[in-house]
Amino acid sequence: MSKADIFNRIRGGLHVPSDDSARRAAVQARLDARKRNLIPQRAQLPADELLRLFIDMADEAAAELIELHSAAELAGAIENWAQENGIAHLVTASDEQINNLEWSGNGTLVREERVAQVGDEASLTSAFCGIAETGTLMLYSGEESPTTLNFLPDTHLVVLRASTIVGPYEDAWQMLRQATGGSMPRTVNLITGPSRSADIEQKLQMGAHGPRRLVIFLLHGE
Amino acid sequence: MQIKSPEFKQNARIALEDVNLQRALGNLKAGFPQKRAAAVARLPEFDQLRDEARDLKNHILEHLDLYLEEFEKNVVANGGTVHWCRTAEDARKTILEICQDQDAKTVTKGKSMVTEEIDLNDYLEKNGVTPVETDLGEYILQLREDHPSHIIAPAIHLNIEDVADAFHEHHKRPKSNDPAHLMREAREMLRKHFVAADVGITGANFLVAETGSTIICTNEGNGDLTQTLPKTHIVVSSIEKVVPTLEDMTLFLRLLARSATGQEFTVYNTLSSGPRRPGDQDGPENFHVVLVDNGRSDMVGSEFQEMLRCIRCSACMNHCPVYGAVGGHSYGWVYPGPMGSVLTPQMVGIENAGLLPNASTFCGKCEEVCPVRIPLPKLMRHWRDKEYEKHLSPTSVRSGLSVWSFFATRPKLYRLFASVGNRFLRLKAGKKGRTSKLPLASAWTDHRDMPAPSGKTFMQQWKEQNR
Repeated sequence: MSKADIFNRIRGGLHVPSDDSARRAAVQARLDARKRNLIPQRAQLPADELLRLFIDMADEAAAELIELHSAAELAGAIENWAQENGIAHLVTASDEQINNLEWSGNGTLVREERVAQVGDEASLTSAFCGIAETGTLMLYSGEESPTTLNFLPDTHLVVLRASTIVGPYEDAWQMLRQATGGSMPRTVNLITGPSRSADIEQKLQMGAHGPRRLVIFLLHGE
Repeated sequence: MQIKSPEFKQNARIALEDVNLQRALGNLKAGFPQKRAAAVARLPEFDQLRDEARDLKNHILEHLDLYLEEFEKNVVANGGTVHWCRTAEDARKTILEICQDQDAKTVTKGKSMVTEEIDLNDYLEKNGVTPVETDLGEYILQLREDHPSHIIAPAIHLNIEDVADAFHEHHKRPKSNDPAHLMREAREMLRKHFVAADVGITGANFLVAETGSTIICTNEGNGDLTQTLPKTHIVVSSIEKVVPTLEDMTLFLRLLARSATGQEFTVYNTLSSGPRRPGDQDGPENFHVVLVDNGRSDMVGSEFQEMLRCIRCSACMNHCPVYGAVGGHSYGWVYPGPMGSVLTPQMVGIENAGLLPNASTFCGKCEEVCPVRIPLPKLMRHWRDKEYEKHLSPTSVRSGLSVWSFFATRPKLYRLFASVGNRFLRLKAGKKGRTSKLPLASAWTDHRDMPAPSGKTFMQQWKEQNR
């Protein structure tokens, strides 16, 4: 059997028996400890500076940022954005934050809660948290947040609460484990700016196969 | 893929005179090294992270079997299946069987060098399953029936006219030389494939033992569409990519993009942990991980073990003067540049790839930029030793070395000749300080001048200063 064969070769190379309890203990200790490796200083700043860093890094990654004072402004801001950008149709996730939006209904924006399909103009989802270190969003899949919304539409709108912005990725993993009771969601997406490719002559082109635009609605306050 | 490594010398000679290739390689040399340097300069902890990454990889390799066992346990707990493949052939058959179980007609593919290594596309095609590459570079190559010449920028050897021609021929649209237009055209063409595919195949940058997750680090988003839309997702990965925890994966993520493209972070870093969960509205229903050994387990415990630390960032080839001069195809197989010169002999045999570890100036730049500090020149030297031991090196090299060792073991004679040679070269160079022609060395001087020695020999200076 291939697995036994591969393991025999590895153990033969290392000159170790298959039942070496010291090796097993070392592995178990590393898995249990979830030890953090070196975390750059950049990611260990006071909260207000982390917020600034997130905004700068997201901007550098070509994400568009719209800052709002509170959740009450969100629905209106999205409707305005849609109108200004000529977007008539929005597919959305169905999490609590998005379900609680109070849409004015003015204008022509049609909303649908569903998975994304080819041809969708824009989608709206909620980020689980933001990572200041590189201006990265963390989203994960679940009943209320289909993954296709993050990749198939031309424009991806994401709601991010400033209070969920952490410094390093390690803080985000810790928050994720707490939120999901230690089990990994099927998919975790770390997203840093819109899709791009430099495969033709090393010249950067935005909008490869994923969204051409990533718009972050950043909610300050609670 | 046919192994053309034995023809390295001819390949390189043709490449050096290929004007279009040289133009395309200019894009590489002007891009990646500067971008990497800028990213490194912004992260003062970069070198410390490299030390930690080297040490962590060493720990993983010392416990490789156990971390793989833990990874499999957790993939199964997530509802996925792990397949263990000792050889490239095992892996091809396993993947085909999964496809046939699904009655798959078409398969979309994210970028994966391991699937190049096992020559998957040809095999699927011959067995009635159509693979569609979805990474822009790989898609261009598939249209041209070409292969990657670089592990992260597969179409780096092409110019825009080549891409324009390929698209015009296959898409039957008006020709355009605008990269933005070509990008849009590929996006449009590939949409229908993403949706129609029965199976999606991706590689993995890392395998996380703790959670049974696989991760891909990409910029285009094609990998995500490839693995999310079809009913079945197959991850093809080599065995050394396992890491203990999410925290450990993070250490490598901080190094990978910066070393590769000079980005702070790739756009999409996506973790996959098993198939669709109850209540999920999208995502694959089946999740398979095909683990490929293909010679790697034999490297554990050998003088080449350090090569298994490689995270496939491509920094070594981006900074290599030989790669920069002859391009990736000259190396004649899947992995080019310094990392390829160490891996290829392991995978296709030193008798086929002996020229590769010799195609190095040993300038040491590859080791200098490697994020996991692989001593690539040392490993290439090990291959040279093996080649010599097996009497595979050419007669000219062997007799040259014999002549040299005759003198080297006779110090007085050596010094005499060194001092005569020194004077001869200086005389020949004259005021210019360099010479463009040397007896018996035209192959060298055809392409560059030989600088004259700057002064006395080392031994002469040593004597004088110790007086």
